[in-house]
Amino acid sequence: MATVSTNEFRGGLKIMLDGEPCAIIENEFVKPGKGQAFNRVKIRKLISGKVLEKTFKSGESVEKAEIMDTDLAYLYNDGEFWHFMNNETFEQIAADAKAIGDNEKWLVEQDECTLTLWDGNPIAVTPPNFVELEVTDTDPGLKGDTAGTGGKPATLSTGAVVRVPLFIQIGEVIKVDTRSGEYVSRVK
Amino acid sequence: MTTRTNSATHWQPSANIATLKQRARIISQIRQFFANRNVLEVETPSLSQHGVTDLHLDNLTTHYGGAGFAQGVDLYLQTSPEFAMKRLLAAGSGCIFQLAKAFRDDEFGRQHNPEFTMLEWYRVGFSRVDLMNEVAELVKLVLNVPHCKAYTYQQLFIEYLQLDPLACNVKQLTDKLQQLQRTDIVEIADDKTSLLQIMFAEFIEPKMAQDAPCFVYHFPAEQASLARLNQQDQRVAERFELYYRGIELANGFDELTNANEQLERFEQDNQLRMQYGKCAKSIDMRLIAALNAGLPQCSGVALGVDRLIMLALGATGIEEVIAFPLTRC
Repeated sequence: MATVSTNEFRGGLKIMLDGEPCAIIENEFVKPGKGQAFNRVKIRKLISGKVLEKTFKSGESVEKAEIMDTDLAYLYNDGEFWHFMNNETFEQIAADAKAIGDNEKWLVEQDECTLTLWDGNPIAVTPPNFVELEVTDTDPGLKGDTAGTGGKPATLSTGAVVRVPLFIQIGEVIKVDTRSGEYVSRVK
Repeated sequence: MTTRTNSATHWQPSANIATLKQRARIISQIRQFFANRNVLEVETPSLSQHGVTDLHLDNLTTHYGGAGFAQGVDLYLQTSPEFAMKRLLAAGSGCIFQLAKAFRDDEFGRQHNPEFTMLEWYRVGFSRVDLMNEVAELVKLVLNVPHCKAYTYQQLFIEYLQLDPLACNVKQLTDKLQQLQRTDIVEIADDKTSLLQIMFAEFIEPKMAQDAPCFVYHFPAEQASLARLNQQDQRVAERFELYYRGIELANGFDELTNANEQLERFEQDNQLRMQYGKCAKSIDMRLIAALNAGLPQCSGVALGVDRLIMLALGATGIEEVIAFPLTRC
């Protein structure tokens, strides 16, 4: 079991807590006046997504989480699992609904996604920052209206709904920022 | 080879030159403050043959191996110039101040560098209240704030945690933590003093001194350190701390002058160190001898200069106000 001391704590470090892998968001060394030093740590639990604050005795060691990020191409969904492949080794990995979370709507075939693996099993899937998707449904807007007047909702091929400018029509392909879920531009 | 690579990067100071100029201005402001009050500037050694017995303070150590010491001698880098300055006071120096480098092992973070600058001063004949007033004058001058507030340790615990720190027991403290859903604190501390210190740091310190610097005084006797106990209420010590915007800025005492009581406290410290699996430290008998010869009644305070400069300039990290912190030294 690999351990890590609080002296090595920094943002991004992955540790085990209550049997769950966690990522350190912030770490602060605190030494009250004449008292014992401790670390005030903000932690994100990687499976539940819960964020919490916890204190550690300075110098204490905790178990390191065997977390690895790997970039894989999305292949298909078989109804239960989402399949990804390493385009160099052709090794395939299947992620379950829990790992996919809310990101199914951003999965585009052959797009490279980042899979977070814990002891080799996917626990989170992060889509690329930008994806290109076809508009399958939207109200016919006024042609020539290019001013940002709030726009209108549009449904994309994956089921995602984003706000688009009024001039966007059914059948067009648009670029979307997956982090904010916002329309970026039209793809010619 | 790795040493060469490491020392090749980060050659620039972490503080910018404009900040270092402002730092120099504040340092000269401090010297002027004491010159105006006829307080003598002194220098005492960074190295000593004795360390400190405090449970939660650890000296950095080095070894001298030359003329005068055939077998060599271990030397401790001072965690504060307190002992040497008290020896000067006992020798009749009168009021003194020092801008000293202080060193502490295992302390590094946003507000900590293992080597830092400490302003320490002693006022003969001053009570704790007199000295708090003088600290307030200096802080108002450097930070340009209109006033400071002052509360007892007890008042703050009652206000923020509805607990009397002088009367409550460990169970009441852990029940409170349960109620606050912070049982993680119970995992790292089990004695009353440690719990009080961590709860103060977690629940009181971040909230209490946001709009004005705030003195806290009458610490529980268990946290007296080198302060005398209050004559009317032996549960509290004539010790104060100053906080501002989540930063602990200064720690002061109406100084304990009784040599026997001081020696007893050092021995208790060592007992505690051994209970915690740390080694006992040799007691500085030169300090005890000085107290025996007669330390005049005085109050003294240590103030973190780097932190004072952080607050004056609105810096969020100590590395912004010192040229070369641990990672670049």
